[in-house]
Amino acid sequence: MIRTLRRAAFEVIAVVFTLLLFVGPLLFVAFMAGKTVPEASDMAFSLPQKQQYLPNITSVVQASDFLLIRAFINSLLLTVFSIVVLMVVSAMAGFVLERRSSRFLSVVNALILVGLMIPPSVMTTIWLLQGLGVYKTLFGLVMVEVSLGFPFAVLLYRAFMVTLPRELDEASMMEGCSGWTLYFKIIFPLLKSVSATIIVLSSVNIFNDFVNPLYFLPGAKNATVQLTLFNFMTRYSTQWNLLFTNVLLLTVPPLVLFLFFNKQIVAGMVAGAVKS
Amino acid sequence: MTMNRAFAKTYSYWFLLPAALIYGLFFLVPTLVSFFFSMTRWTLVEWDFVGFDNFVSFFSESSLNIGFMNTVIFAVVTAGLKVVVGFLLAVLLTSDLRSKHILRSIIFFPTLVSTIAVGITFSNLFHPTMGAINILLARIGIAGPDWLGDVHLALLSVAFVDVWKGVGIALVIFIAGILAIPEHYYEALAIDGGNAWNKFWGLTVPLARPALNSVILLAFIGGLRSFDLVWTMTGGGPGFTTDLIASIIYKQYQAGFYGLATAGNVILVILVSALAFPLFRFLSKTEVDL
Repeated sequence: MIRTLRRAAFEVIAVVFTLLLFVGPLLFVAFMAGKTVPEASDMAFSLPQKQQYLPNITSVVQASDFLLIRAFINSLLLTVFSIVVLMVVSAMAGFVLERRSSRFLSVVNALILVGLMIPPSVMTTIWLLQGLGVYKTLFGLVMVEVSLGFPFAVLLYRAFMVTLPRELDEASMMEGCSGWTLYFKIIFPLLKSVSATIIVLSSVNIFNDFVNPLYFLPGAKNATVQLTLFNFMTRYSTQWNLLFTNVLLLTVPPLVLFLFFNKQIVAGMVAGAVKS
Repeated sequence: MTMNRAFAKTYSYWFLLPAALIYGLFFLVPTLVSFFFSMTRWTLVEWDFVGFDNFVSFFSESSLNIGFMNTVIFAVVTAGLKVVVGFLLAVLLTSDLRSKHILRSIIFFPTLVSTIAVGITFSNLFHPTMGAINILLARIGIAGPDWLGDVHLALLSVAFVDVWKGVGIALVIFIAGILAIPEHYYEALAIDGGNAWNKFWGLTVPLARPALNSVILLAFIGGLRSFDLVWTMTGGGPGFTTDLIASIIYKQYQAGFYGLATAGNVILVILVSALAFPLFRFLSKTEVDL
């Protein structure tokens, strides 16, 4: 009896503490986004007295000629292109890296491990992009995102390919299929579940990325959503309600992904961490 | 021999070509040439070779070398807290708590929210006079400090937010590690009459070692490379007291000192390698097999 009571009390404390610490800040964002300018300037943790979500959203969206909409489109394009290229490139590389071993491939593996650990060199990347004529372009940024996401993605693909039986490969070799047929017709379709994990994880990472667009895609015209949010920080320093409306709008996409793909996201993060 | 040739043909190196082009060109090449340009005064077009001048100024100017210490402090504090808090939470959330699944999801969610959004939110909550945190503290009779304005506290406040946002990743990795421990180890311990303390230190910690090692390494490297949270919350201030190497790189870039910024990058690469690779070796030596 006392044991049950103690456990129940413990459970209540755990729940209250988590709600306060982790849900509190998110609620604060949701409250602030519905306030009027004078009410928001109090920064109080309270429900909006006269809720104004719609007018706030309208003014944030319309600000500087629909900048936010353009930024959303830019971020969406960046995310989609980066993920498609990342998947193609990493799955192909993972296929050979998992199936075959040689001295050459161990050098390749070491170079990939380096990419997992060390930070990218920013200035020389700008220099390179300028030299190639793709600085401040979406294409250049996509290439950077792919090269930075590659070590982790190839790790996940390799780890998953271990579970695909080699008998598949042997049977198709007996049939006289080439490596390309084997890969595109048999192996790649079987990678569906790990591809889904990579899609979800990378879309969160790339959509939320701030540093790379800051360096490689500066300028208001082709800003991404995170850059826009950062710039609004100074512009809306007196209009907290609008700043938080912006924060709220940018928290919706990851929230939706989280509600639908919670399992894949967690599985991917765990697999990536333990395999490395 | 023919089998070997068929093997080599099937798993052709051509599969690596797209990856080699993109990763080689956009990651490896910039990394390699950065060692050269870190020793130049550089406009991105023209350069003068200046030897180790950039490194000397990085370590002699106090506005620059403060970032070195801050980066190490920030990485140690955030990684340490993520490991300790994350592990304790993982033990708690693998027990028979009824709400464990929902609590896990709640704690994990902030890892998916953009860093800029989190930074803006907490800058507000941390406001010295009007922020919700100090108002709450005042209600229970504590005068809250100026979290982001106090030179001794600001870096730790940012570190706290970093832990708040990132502890969810540590948590899910730890939960996976703890759930992978075979149940019969615990049963054997229970028969031998071990208490909760023995269970934790004698079984859970050593057997969850691979997960612990991964998190220590990931969190530590992540901490050393941190930039966006500090940049959003303090911009390196007050003064230079929260500047990290990564934020100094950005400031030098903004000021047009590209050679100096590149030197900062090389210092960061060396720092990560010098700390992370030995740590990796040390941790993998202490792992036990299940």
